[in-house]
Parts: sequence; structure tokens; C-alpha cells
Amino acid sequence: MNLIQEALLVAGKDLRIEARSRVTTQQVLPFGLIVLLLFAFALDPDRGVLSRVAPGLFWVAVLLGTLLSIGRAFAIEAENGALDGLRLSGLDGSALFLGKAGAVAVQLVALEVLLTAGVVVLFNVGLGGIAPLVLATIAATVGLAAVGTLYGVLSAGLRVRETLLPVLLLPVVAPVLLGASRAWEAAIDGASGDAWPWVALLGIFAVLFTGIGMLVFGPLLEES
Amino acid sequence: MQPVVRLRSAVCLLGRFPALAGVDLDVRDREVVLLSGGNGAGKTTLLRLLAGLVPLRAGTGEVLGHDLATDRRGHRRLVSLVGHETACYDDLTVHENVRFAARASGVDAPPEPVLEQLGLQPLAAVPHRRLSAGQRRRLAFAVALARRPRLLLLDEPHAGLDAEGRAALDQVLSGTAQSGLTVVLASHELDRVRGLASREVVLTAGQAHGSVPEPASVPDPEAAATDSRPPARATGERSSG
Amino acid sequence: MTLLNPRVSRILGWAALAALAVLAVFGLWVAPPDRVQSDAQRLMYLHVPSAWIAYLAFGITAMASALYLWRRTRSPVWDRLAASSAELGVLFTGLTLVLGSLWGRPVWGVWWAWDARLVTTAVLFFLYVGYLALRRVPAPIEARAKRSAIAALVAFADVPIVHFSVDWWRTLHQQATVFTPSLNAHIHGVMAFTLWWGVVAFTILFVYLLDRRYRLEALEEDLEARELTLAIEERVQGAGLTAPPEHVEVGARG
Repeated sequence: MNLIQEALLVAGKDLRIEARSRVTTQQVLPFGLIVLLLFAFALDPDRGVLSRVAPGLFWVAVLLGTLLSIGRAFAIEAENGALDGLRLSGLDGSALFLGKAGAVAVQLVALEVLLTAGVVVLFNVGLGGIAPLVLATIAATVGLAAVGTLYGVLSAGLRVRETLLPVLLLPVVAPVLLGASRAWEAAIDGASGDAWPWVALLGIFAVLFTGIGMLVFGPLLEES
Repeated sequence: MQPVVRLRSAVCLLGRFPALAGVDLDVRDREVVLLSGGNGAGKTTLLRLLAGLVPLRAGTGEVLGHDLATDRRGHRRLVSLVGHETACYDDLTVHENVRFAARASGVDAPPEPVLEQLGLQPLAAVPHRRLSAGQRRRLAFAVALARRPRLLLLDEPHAGLDAEGRAALDQVLSGTAQSGLTVVLASHELDRVRGLASREVVLTAGQAHGSVPEPASVPDPEAAATDSRPPARATGERSSG
Repeated sequence: MTLLNPRVSRILGWAALAALAVLAVFGLWVAPPDRVQSDAQRLMYLHVPSAWIAYLAFGITAMASALYLWRRTRSPVWDRLAASSAELGVLFTGLTLVLGSLWGRPVWGVWWAWDARLVTTAVLFFLYVGYLALRRVPAPIEARAKRSAIAALVAFADVPIVHFSVDWWRTLHQQATVFTPSLNAHIHGVMAFTLWWGVVAFTILFVYLLDRRYRLEALEEDLEARELTLAIEERVQGAGLTAPPEHVEVGARG
């Protein structure tokens, strides 16, 4: 099997497990919506601030959802010692990385679609500049899934993984939060021209960390 | 013919503890080798070493022509390890688990024959989480065989295995000459396995000797401790520090 | 066991002390107060060198990590160096942030401003903290070293992206505001000299501390190695097998 086929095998396995267990649909998606709701409690809708800060809130919610998704992606490998199975399979480290990151990305997109509806409805946001909006979201999602999967496998075998993952991941993805929020703001305000540079930054981040992930996933799997 | 396994003075660490403190082992093609020894003797670690899952800290080791010191990943597709956990996914069915493991290892054959062999066909659509403990052990075994390994490593395979599974396991152990499989198994059920194994290697406190295959008589575990030959100890650390 | 010859190390320690004393004299008395910021600006003589060390330490951690991962140069020296440098790095990064805050308070009237450099330094701080948290997880030495090295390099790859994105963000922001708070002071003559002296003094201090910390790390590893040898002996003797060990030739057995 070539790299792509192996990656599809792994991604397919993860998505099939999600289809059966419905953890994303029943836990992660509601979590995202609850976070949006809590933002309203914290920031008081009456002050007219929510719609202006909505892009940032959206991406914070997605970021927190990423932590859950990554945790789940590696929890399924931890139960029953499936990580050993992956090591013994002889599957290429890059393929494993692309497969797992790909499955996480798909689940994040589902979360983002739901949360987009959430901010439109709850925070009264008018969507504009669809092209930069969508491209920024795709680039940001790939970046989050890539770095998340990288740190996910790094902390996979450790008992402290639930508390370690956030402290490792969040500083590194700060530029994604920054870029994606600014891109969304620009797109929504109708200043699409301002959004494109941020989209480019997100794209560079995504490509860079996908490359790094493909390189180091195999070695990290050995050590976990 | 090249031995399937060849270890000399192998040392392995679990954290800082020397789980293996000097193991010599030779396994020839189609042999069934029984690893015996008390709890904590290092049997699990030895099996994991042979699978290439733990690094070799000192000594030399070769499995299926791959040097464990430099390339402990190259032979993994040729090896199946059935450990204490099933390495399966709770939400996938029996059929799906076997199929995934086989395809991941590059074996494209349908899982039905292996499921038949282990009497799992009726359970093919049952997810792993709903299987009983005995059924799970059989599934782990099915996954191991479906990958078409050359070397089968079994860690206490009889523990928790139901009657149907035991029968299937006995068949595999006695059929290695035809199937071309080589088996190394660690077990406490010595009476049952001794008849099927060609040789027994006793592991004591992380050490094992007797690399030259002896006739099928069973060595007295006490004799290993009072053996007048000095044990071959791991000499020196790996230079990689 | 140490990075530097012990005598050199001792000399460096005294040199650092002396250099810092000179810096104190220059920074507090000799250099004139800034026209705009008056005496508060003197914190620059600590803040800027501190920031320099913070980034230097990070660079050293990244370089040592890379050298550890590359098989041809793999050695525990690099792992220890990376760890030692990171610990000092988090110290100096924290110091940079605190000093920046103390400096900014009289200048801006607030304890924190979203200045590009401060923000990037804050992210750097958390990258360090994550690295150290990872190192504290109990693991065999080689596994921990490899894992930490990869984490350090990933963080290192991230820093330029963080820097660039934050810089651009704050530039955009400042175009919209009239008042542009800045920690830049007009530097010339004695002030410039004091600043450079500060950089030199801090660098000497850093190298000295790095050597000390490295030594500590090496001693700890040595202790672990001895405990390992002891554990092997205990295990063998405990089982009643013959000891002491002798080298036996393969094939010499019956």
C-alpha cells in the first residue's frame, strides 16, 4: 500500500469508530455550543460587545474542542493497548500521522460548521467574505489537526497526558488563533483584502506543521 | 538455516529496572519454544524485545535476520505478539478489527478463514466491547494469525482463553511444521504446553541460558540456579550512552 | 561532567559578579536619566540583556536538541545542555516579562501593554514551561531526551511564526491608535555603552550558570546509572545465581 492508501486506512478506521461511538457528535459538538453560551454569560449580550468579538470567541471554542478531539483520538488507541498494534503493523509513521490528523480535521470541520451557525444565531453575526472565511477556516483546521496530532502522540503513553496536552499545544497554536480570528474579522467587516495575508500565514503554518508531523510521528510513536 | 531468533547476553530495561539481565536464546525455524519462569522473571519483556517493541540495552540480538540494535522495526510485519491486552478497538466489530489489523500489515485476504479457525464467525458483527473475556482472547489470537506472521509470540495465551480457543491454540502449536510458523510462548500452564513445545527455556531473574537446543527433556528449574557454569553477563553499556 | 574546565568556571563566576557590579554602577549612576521616561528607563539595562539571554538560551536548547536527534552527533551532553539551557531560559524569560512590566508601569500607567515584543516573549515563556513540564514526566533517559528534543524543535519552528504574526498584528493595531507606547528609549553615548555592557555581563552570568546547571544534570544522571548497575547486581544475587560476572565466550558452554 502506498502512503495515501495507508493514511486513508487509518483515517477510515478512526472515522468508523466515531460513527459507532458518536463521541464527537454527542460530546464535543455540545461542548462547543456550551462554550459559546458561557461566553454570553461572561460577556453580557446587552453590552453590544458579543457580535464584535464573535470571531475570537468562535476560534477559542474551536481550540478547546481541538483539545477534546485530540484527547479522544489517542484515548481510543490507549484502551486495549492498540498503540502496540499500530507499532507492530509496520504502517509508515507519516501515513499514521496523516490518517489520524485527517480524521481529527474532519471532526473539527463538523464542529466549526455547527459553531458558525451558533455565532450567527446567538451572537448575531452576519457572514461576509465567504471565500477568505472558508479558506482561513480550512487552513486553520489543518494546522490545528497537525500540531494537535503531533503533541497527541507525544503525550499518548504518558499518564499525565490530559493535563500535559493543553500546556504543550496551546502556546504553539497561538498564531492560528490570532490569524484565524483576524481573518474572520476582516472577512465579516467586508475588508476581504485584509484577510488574505492572514490566510497566507495560516496556510504556511498548516504546511509547516504537517511536514514536521509526518517526519516525527513515527519516532515519537516508538517512545510513547 | 538461519535461526529465527538469536540473542546473546541481551539486556533490556523497564524504566531503570533491568528486566532482562543477560539472556541467551536461539530459536530455529518452525520450533515451538516454551518460556517458563516465575512472575517477574522477564518473560513479557523478552517477548516484547523479540517483537522489536523495546530497545536492546546491551548484548546482541537478531530476529528474522534483523539486527535488534540497529533495526528493530524492520521485522515487525513478520511478527505477531499476543500480549495481555487485545490491541483492538472497542467500537469495531470482530470482523472489522481483524480486517484492519490484516490490511495494516499488508495482508489483503478476507478475515473469514481465520475467524472460522477460532470459532468467531458467529460473532463477526459483534463489537469488541460486547465480547466476553474469553472471546476477546480468541479475537486477539485471530488478529495475530490474520497478519500471517512468521514468528508468533504468545504471552500467557491460555490465561482467560475458553475451551474453543484452547483447542484452536493447541492446533496451531502442533501444526507449525506444516504452517511454517515459529512460536515462542510464555506460559504457566507447563503441563499442557510441554507436550507441544519442542524445547523449554527457563528465565530466572532476567537471565536465561541453554542456547543449544537440547532434547525434549525438561530442565530442572533448580538446576539453573546452581549451575556450575558462570552466567554469561552483559558486558559493558551500549556506546550510544 | 562539566561544560567548562572547573577553574574557568570559577573565574567566570567572579567575572560575572564583577561585571554585574560595574553594570549596577553605570546603570544606576553614571548613565543619565532619559529625557522622557526619567529614571524608570534605567530598567532597560536589565530588561534588554535579560531578553537577549532568553532568546539565546532558547536557541541553545534548539541547537542542542537538533544535535541530540542527529544520529552522528547523538550524545547525552546535548540532552543535558538542552535541559539546562531551558531552565535558565525560563528564568530569564520570566525576568524579562517582570522587568518589562515594571518598566512599563510608570511609562504607560499600566502593568502590561500588548507590545509585540512583550507578547512574543510571553508566548516564549509558555513554550519553555511546556518543555520543562514534559521533561518532568518520569521516563527512561533516552526516551525522555528524544521526546523533549522533538518538542523543543517544534517549539523553535513556531517562534518565527509567532513573532511575525504578533508583530504584524500589533503594527496594525498601532496604526489605529494615536498614542503608541513604546519601550524604546533614545540611546547614545554612555547609555549605549551601559546597555552593551549589560548584555556582556548577562552573557557571562548565563554561561556560568549554564555550566553549573549542566554539572547538576550530569551528576543526577550518573547517580541513576550507578543505581542501575546496583539494581542488576541485586537482582542477580537475589535470585541465588552465581556472581561475580565473568566474560564467557560464546560457544564455550558444553
